[in-house]
Amino acid sequence: MSELLIKNGYVIDPINNIHGEVMDIAVRDGKIVESVGSGAEIIDAHGMLTLPGGIDSHTHICGTKVNFGRYMSPEDMRAGRTTRIGDMHATSGYSVPTTYGNSYRYARMGYTTLLEGAMAPMEARHTHEEFQYTPLQDCMANTLFDGNWQALQAIHDNDIKRLAGIIAWYLTASRGFSVKLTNPGGTEAWGFGHDATCIHKRIEHFNVSPREIITGMIEANEMLNLPHSVHLHCNNLGKPGNYLCTLDTYNSIPDLNDKRQSLYSTHVQYHSYGGTSWHDFCSKAEDIARSVNAKPHIVIDTGQVMFGKTTTMTADGPMEFNLYRLYHNKWSNHDVELETGSGVIPVLYRRKNLVNAIMWAIGLELALLIDSPWQCILATDNPNGAPFVKYPEVMALLMSSTYRDAEFATVDPVTESRVSLPALDREFDWEEIAIVTRGAQARALGLVDHGKGHLAPGADADIAIYPIDVSSTDPSKEYETIINGFATTDYTIKMGHVVSRKGSCSVDHSNRTFWVRPRVSDNYDMGRDPAFIDSFNKYYSIRMANYPVQEEYVKRHICIETETSL
Amino acid sequence: MQKIEDMVCTFCGCLCDDVTLTVENNMIIAADNCCTVGNAKFMGKNRLKTPIRKKDGAWEKVSYEEAIDYTVETLLNADRPLMFGWSGTHGEAQCIGIHMNELIGGVIDSTTSVCHGPSILAIQEVGHPGCTLGQVKNRADLIIYWGSNPVEGHPRHMSRYTVYADGYFLENAFKERKVIVVDVRETESAKIADEFVRVKPGGDYAVLSALRAIVRGKGDVVPESVAGVSREQLFRVADLCTSCKFGALFFGLGLTMVKGKYKNVSNAIELVDELNRHTKFTLTPMRGHWNVYGSNEVFTWMTGYPYAVDFCRGVAFYNPGETSAIDILARKECDACLVVASDPGAHFPRACVEHLKDIPTIVIDPFQSLTTPVADLQIPVGVTGIDAEGAAYRMDGIPLKVNKVLHSDYPGDAEILSRIYERMMEVKGQ
Repeated sequence: MSELLIKNGYVIDPINNIHGEVMDIAVRDGKIVESVGSGAEIIDAHGMLTLPGGIDSHTHICGTKVNFGRYMSPEDMRAGRTTRIGDMHATSGYSVPTTYGNSYRYARMGYTTLLEGAMAPMEARHTHEEFQYTPLQDCMANTLFDGNWQALQAIHDNDIKRLAGIIAWYLTASRGFSVKLTNPGGTEAWGFGHDATCIHKRIEHFNVSPREIITGMIEANEMLNLPHSVHLHCNNLGKPGNYLCTLDTYNSIPDLNDKRQSLYSTHVQYHSYGGTSWHDFCSKAEDIARSVNAKPHIVIDTGQVMFGKTTTMTADGPMEFNLYRLYHNKWSNHDVELETGSGVIPVLYRRKNLVNAIMWAIGLELALLIDSPWQCILATDNPNGAPFVKYPEVMALLMSSTYRDAEFATVDPVTESRVSLPALDREFDWEEIAIVTRGAQARALGLVDHGKGHLAPGADADIAIYPIDVSSTDPSKEYETIINGFATTDYTIKMGHVVSRKGSCSVDHSNRTFWVRPRVSDNYDMGRDPAFIDSFNKYYSIRMANYPVQEEYVKRHICIETETSL
Repeated sequence: MQKIEDMVCTFCGCLCDDVTLTVENNMIIAADNCCTVGNAKFMGKNRLKTPIRKKDGAWEKVSYEEAIDYTVETLLNADRPLMFGWSGTHGEAQCIGIHMNELIGGVIDSTTSVCHGPSILAIQEVGHPGCTLGQVKNRADLIIYWGSNPVEGHPRHMSRYTVYADGYFLENAFKERKVIVVDVRETESAKIADEFVRVKPGGDYAVLSALRAIVRGKGDVVPESVAGVSREQLFRVADLCTSCKFGALFFGLGLTMVKGKYKNVSNAIELVDELNRHTKFTLTPMRGHWNVYGSNEVFTWMTGYPYAVDFCRGVAFYNPGETSAIDILARKECDACLVVASDPGAHFPRACVEHLKDIPTIVIDPFQSLTTPVADLQIPVGVTGIDAEGAAYRMDGIPLKVNKVLHSDYPGDAEILSRIYERMMEVKGQ
């Protein structure tokens, strides 16, 4: 039995309505408890902001395309190197760090749970292998379904039960956590060099529209009682004028779940663009925010862009090719059978580039214009908008209009005529920061009941203690203090163990993989469906028997089994 | 007698996973579905029974314990240790190798540096428009093999993934597909091509440039003949490329290890890049060893770099040509070498092999090889896919778990390397 008592921390735990109280937190064997004995180890958190461990609900940290980002970019690897020291292994990389680099740097910022945003089902084993080398966080992955032939066929046949059976089988086989759609229909079309540019237009061969894919998947997702909703990367990412497509998509979303959202719409900054070309490109964050404010069944993350070098990577193959034709840098593309895509290119977001400056402003506008912080999650779509190490700067920008004004003064002056950011004076308080960096994620992912994102007895003892004295810090003015304070915890505690102390990390092998297994009847078990098996063995390049991810790739894991009506 | 289906063949980068093995009395007596090279591996003999160590010029048997002690002592005493190989073992073993190398501050390199190393340098310069082999199988109506002879090097590549494979979007795949082979000689693969392009040795770069010019609409600059290829044929090939629905270019060491090296590959990638403005086109290196691509994947997520990683200054440092195995050996910098699952004795330049003979060289490998005679110690292990198991990555990045079929007392690579690593940690007080 190991016991720990965190004394006198300034605790904010929005899920449990703790709005900033000086209190003690007791921990026994990795869980929060009511009290501990006198022999417990003591951590003095006096004068320190104490929050549940941070959760990133959309990041790219492990798997084929992430590793390709490293593989093709020795220049990025050189930009962030550390040696083996103490328990810590050597790390490389700035925007796409090695697995240890990701793990240590997230731990340093107080993050203890990460969701990999896009796992190609055919390459799931790779993602899980990298999770094993991400030792300080619990991880889970979105499984990609945007072009899956069997799924498209079921949607075409309007057989949502079969669709749910297909999703259940692939989620279980890939040890995935949730359903991801990236440019639905578009990635399949990209298999022949095309794209899906309108959500109502049916794609070739399968004769289904992106809208039908999205709504069908949402219905099937809810039939399976999955903890998370459908996680959508909308069509037309990054194109001027795409906000209309985004609004159209939102208008199509049914409200099917009373516990959480029915749609998680990711990196919405990239989907909030007005104009008809790059010449009249402008922000439509107000329109998007208005739509989200009217639809409590939609939760978004911002996909904030921050200035500097980074690497873009997504399953959206056609989008990356378009981006490459703007940047002319270097382009990788990897279309994957079991149908999805991926692309990787390095980018530099410049303050003096008008388009980049507008993108930066849009992310902030979304956060400031969406009324409920529970509906608008802080993320950079790491590393697409910026590497996650920029999160403390994003937090400071949200907390301080003075800081925003100072930054705004450095960008292309034309930006002012294309965005509304300078007119927004909202400043986030500490609690709102706690919501957009952990509480909202835990709720959106359906993980509150599994002990994530809060500090009530029974929750996982994932705790971040920041060297920020809330009583004496004015975040509106002291934004440097905010940035430094959120960049490095005094203590990051994962399952009751201190895994990072002032940035120095310890070995911890308590990291686990969360995945889901919906229970379906034999009639809907694709593992017994002759047509499904034949099709898999005929068209995919590995045998179905060799496909499912074996137990040894998820050595420590939490399997969430769901009851379904199938 | 037992028949076991869907086994993975651990010979080449095709990683065929549909092999049926017949096992009797803990011996493989037949391997069906696989090619002749794969068959030879499954039925392979000549395995060492115990570790052997050379003393006074003669081999003697030693225990695994003694072998581990000798390895730990040798590597810890070295100033400039090299750990080479890795493409013939599973991912778990490669991970331990990285940790071990980090601990001792050595150089770790895989066989990549003598095969597709230049391809990776090109990818790092211009990127990689690629796809999985299933995408090719289901969609491609044009296949190009450039400097690669799959009939002999990757015997089932054509039947599983390209020329003869059924495709979802093709009515009669074999008839609908066109095949182009580019090579300096008429290989067995060239004989089945619709278009055989014979390039003069060293002329690949020029031919690629000519094709790029034609695809970009600048064909008027192309002379009557380029490196032995007629202008007429170049236009015909360019037309096949731009008019197909999905083209797939595969290339081998005939492009990477000839005059021009990585620049050839860059040029090929930029041709494919250009073709993507007209149609769908992808490019895939024909990786040789069954898990050489896995070594690149593992090295990359662990260190940031795909091969040739030097930890001598604590951080991972990568500069092929300086930190690659051949260069470390040719400069006689290396003073102890651990060879895992590969055969540098067969593939390295003579000067490098002679240097291996002069320094303590330890081999971890199931089979005696041409490296055995220059080694001081060889530790036999299980063969992944026969009596050891673990993760592997196919040439296109698809990860597979390789299972075992036989029980044996041989430790797997991961097990023996873990024991060495743990002992090293003890000695270093960590």
